[in-house]
Amino acid sequence: MALFDAVLELADDHLVLGHRLSEWCGHAPMLEEDLALPNMALDLIGTARGLYTYAGALEGAGRDEDDLAYLRGERAYRNLLLCERPNEDFAHTILRQFYFAAFMVPYWSAAARSEDETVRGIAGKAGKEMAYHVRHCGEWVVRLGDGTEESARRMKDAVEALHIYVGEMFEEAASAGIAALPSRAGMRGEWEATVDHVFGLAGLSRPVVPHPQTGGRAGVHGEALGHMLAEMQSVHRAHPGATW
Amino acid sequence: MSLDQRRAWAAAAAVPDPEVPCVTVADLGILRWVRMEGPDRAVAGVTPTYSGCPAVLAIELAIEAALREAGFDARIERVMSPAWTTDWITGEGREKLRAYGIAPPVSGSASKMSLFGEVSVACPKCGSQDTEKLSEFGSTACKAHYRCLGCAEPFDYFKCI
Repeated sequence: MALFDAVLELADDHLVLGHRLSEWCGHAPMLEEDLALPNMALDLIGTARGLYTYAGALEGAGRDEDDLAYLRGERAYRNLLLCERPNEDFAHTILRQFYFAAFMVPYWSAAARSEDETVRGIAGKAGKEMAYHVRHCGEWVVRLGDGTEESARRMKDAVEALHIYVGEMFEEAASAGIAALPSRAGMRGEWEATVDHVFGLAGLSRPVVPHPQTGGRAGVHGEALGHMLAEMQSVHRAHPGATW
Repeated sequence: MSLDQRRAWAAAAAVPDPEVPCVTVADLGILRWVRMEGPDRAVAGVTPTYSGCPAVLAIELAIEAALREAGFDARIERVMSPAWTTDWITGEGREKLRAYGIAPPVSGSASKMSLFGEVSVACPKCGSQDTEKLSEFGSTACKAHYRCLGCAEPFDYFKCI
């Protein structure tokens, strides 16, 4: 079950963040971003589907991707708090994505050498996609951080608001001691190097957070996740077993 | 390769991509193989371009239908590993993309994509190298949006992954 729990954590991260990004569809500040944000959402949700399907197979209790995504309540979700944070303004959304992608690129790169064939398959594909997210969002962090007075203020606000959730990414949680998955703590060096490079260009500095906010891996979430899941799961729960 | 296997491959390989109908699934390299599982039963291995590509199911159904039409009992197997790369797009596929107005991927995706690394993408209409990227994400997950500064034509670029 240990690998099941660890794969489920990863799946929840991707689904929750993917759903958050999809909320921008039709509301982005410009047409290009209205395409970019849902495209990134598709990548995340596609990866989540593969992970949920694999988790269901590992569990062996007959649960498929839909059961795991739509029929678990908030307390059963194991996603990072960072992933569930509300979209707020464009700067918050971009920074949240940049932080997450800057972690997942080295993580998938290490997972692509896993002993587990399914993990290797998912990692090989997702790693390439996340490299695009780092690039796209990194460019925006620079553009906003080094932009107008207003854009710089918003970018700084986003760093202030989201940085307390960074530490949770490096917690091993369910993946502790699982040989098929890389050490999460081991990603810190590469994550900091990516962020420092971009922050240097953007005129931002990485705050020191002595006590990071955690709890997502234990199912203790912020208020925002319940509202998000209610919206995401309502159709499936109202029409169980519906097909078209 | 047996005659049946060759016939099954030909039927599956001719299926056009639903989003980019100028190229076939074989041109794109997403049809990985066709095997025989008995005298009339063909299995096709298909890999998605992107994890969340919404066309995957349509592609699988189209290949299955093409195999059935060719007289086979058909099954599709989704292949996840190794991950698809634009390096698998055939030379013919690249030419078809260009003729259709989509700039083919600039080769060498095997190298790690560097942050802010830019590639030079030639305009599929006039061939000018003087082009600019308008958006990292285009009309589908696999494309970026560019504009030619020579002939002023906007065009899609098949992203290199």
